[in-house]
Amino acid sequence: MVGKAGRGKIKDTLFAGISGLAALSIVFIIIVMLYELIEGAGPALARFGWDFLTGTRWDPVHEKFGAWPLIYGTLVSSFIALCLAVPLSLGIAIYLAELAPSWLRDPLAFLVELLAAIPSVVYGLWGLFVLVPWLRTSVQPFLGNTLGFLPLFQGPPLGMGMLAAGLVLAIMILPIITSLSREVLLAVPLSQREAMLALGATRWEAIRMAVLPYGRSGIIGAIILGLGRALGETMAVTMVIGNRPQVSPSLFHPGQTIASVIANEFTEGFNELHLSALLASALLLFVITLLVNVLARLLVWRMNKVTQGVSRE
Amino acid sequence: MARRVTVILGILVAGLLLIAVACGPRGEARRNEHGGKPAAYLIGVGASFPYPLYSKWIEEYRKLNPNVNIDYQSIGSSGGINNILKGTVDFAGSDAPMKDEQLSQARSPIFHIPSVAGAVAITYNLPGVDKGLKLSPQVLADIFLGNITKWRDERLVSLNPDLNLPDLDIAVVHRSDGSGTTNIFTDYLSKVSPVWAERVGTGTAVEWPTGIGGKGNEGVSGTIKQIPGSIGYVEMAYAAQNGLPRALIQNRAGRFVEPTLKATTAAAAGAAAHMPEDMRVSLTDAPGEGSYPIAGYTYLLVYRDQQNKRRGEALAEFLWWALHEGQQYAREMFYAPLPDNVVKMAEAKIREINYKGQRFIE
Repeated sequence: MVGKAGRGKIKDTLFAGISGLAALSIVFIIIVMLYELIEGAGPALARFGWDFLTGTRWDPVHEKFGAWPLIYGTLVSSFIALCLAVPLSLGIAIYLAELAPSWLRDPLAFLVELLAAIPSVVYGLWGLFVLVPWLRTSVQPFLGNTLGFLPLFQGPPLGMGMLAAGLVLAIMILPIITSLSREVLLAVPLSQREAMLALGATRWEAIRMAVLPYGRSGIIGAIILGLGRALGETMAVTMVIGNRPQVSPSLFHPGQTIASVIANEFTEGFNELHLSALLASALLLFVITLLVNVLARLLVWRMNKVTQGVSRE
Repeated sequence: MARRVTVILGILVAGLLLIAVACGPRGEARRNEHGGKPAAYLIGVGASFPYPLYSKWIEEYRKLNPNVNIDYQSIGSSGGINNILKGTVDFAGSDAPMKDEQLSQARSPIFHIPSVAGAVAITYNLPGVDKGLKLSPQVLADIFLGNITKWRDERLVSLNPDLNLPDLDIAVVHRSDGSGTTNIFTDYLSKVSPVWAERVGTGTAVEWPTGIGGKGNEGVSGTIKQIPGSIGYVEMAYAAQNGLPRALIQNRAGRFVEPTLKATTAAAAGAAAHMPEDMRVSLTDAPGEGSYPIAGYTYLLVYRDQQNKRRGEALAEFLWWALHEGQQYAREMFYAPLPDNVVKMAEAKIREINYKGQRFIE
């Protein structure tokens, strides 16, 4: 006969075991994925070695595969997206959490989250038929005329290219960064703000000196999640980036990202080596995302340490 | 609490049962009230280009033979070839014939049965010119090689004396995704331009010397609509259905031919004279007065020696139907029907399909 307390204990153990298994499955899934990627990428990596990272040609017919233009396109398009989206998202988040009148908060927050629910292919189509013509006829000629001395804004205004990809990505990661940062800001204890205001700070000073530092690690986490989406985004980017594996300083020129080359070429892989090269670039994307996440963790960790040190003094 | 667990378990079990029923026996064993022949379930995967036609075929064929279930998934030609080699499917679709080294991996000879022909149209966006652009093979190759960069280039002007070509840069647009359309187009350019053959070559995805890439026919045509002065290639069917301008291409006989179903079937008939016995043939740059030069077959790939009697029989009967009655659906869906002499050659192949030496169609 098992007593009531004893039965509770069995349930506890069972529950702990099941949730432990669930947690372990993540490790298992990642290991299996890595194994598959490394195995598939093997032939290409063995053939090209480090040249796979630095090579600039992507020629399936002559079996020459270098992923540098893809790495470049992935990083640059995501970087443009971050440059545009981070200030805007933080602005929206601060307004929503701190400043907006209460009747405006929920509708605005809802609209931001609605942006996150739009499928990426819709963003791609919108980019292709609305954003690209606008870039071609208005924005790019303007940038070319005023800032054309910079290598960033040279070349014929095609509309499609790195700039278009960065813009679409910016809009796509905006809701992620905004809503997460807003949550973080809302979680800042009221006492922090009140203490600041009691010291005679203005509203802006309270936000800058009390709220933002308190939520810093959370905001960085939000930005990293946004970056993660930008690095791996496939469909929308493919439709507007121009799909040309080249390294060019101009944002007007077409480019190519790792995710889009995989989406483009995997179904009609030309031969074994081509498929292997595509898997190798998938592995590369995996590693890049991993590095970005680790760097972000280190950053957050370091910052927390610094702020803790400051507060202890 | 305990009750809720029971309910959840019940739902789980019911779900599993449902899955088991859905994935259960592939149907051969179940006798069918229609006909008398046992039911058969065929699976095919491969090229996406003929997918709309194959879906129509499957739908119509099922009306005639309710006990034959056919499933075709468009996963791409290479996927089709891989799956038929692994033996996971009953047939495969491919826009390009298999290579010799691929055929040598097969467990028994694989037949290439052409199902219909398709063509690649050159489309463009030229303000003031909505039709009638003429291109010679060399000029086309030089545009895609990046050697001709202006619409007012004297070679283009001399080919089109009647057109008022705008003073624009040429923007080349190509497919970014691997595709049978690209394979046909680059096969054509490799045949007419030694420089192209050497520098770029033929493939479903190539290293383009110039231009920007759009994903799929819709990506290419969308991009072309956006950029005045652009030129690119799409499937003829897609261009016709969407009313895109189509350039006239000079064929081997020196005539400028518009991409039409008739001109595509003419190319197939022109190439049939030199058709190899295994029917792996390229239709690009085909001889004949009325032949459109950028065309190709799409194939159904099947094993000669079938491993299941009933499924092999159903497959052979379906192929026979597709080559005859099925062809009438091709034209309305913008695919070029096979010329008669090719149907005759394909018939011979289908007759050879067998199970342990026993043929299905006499």
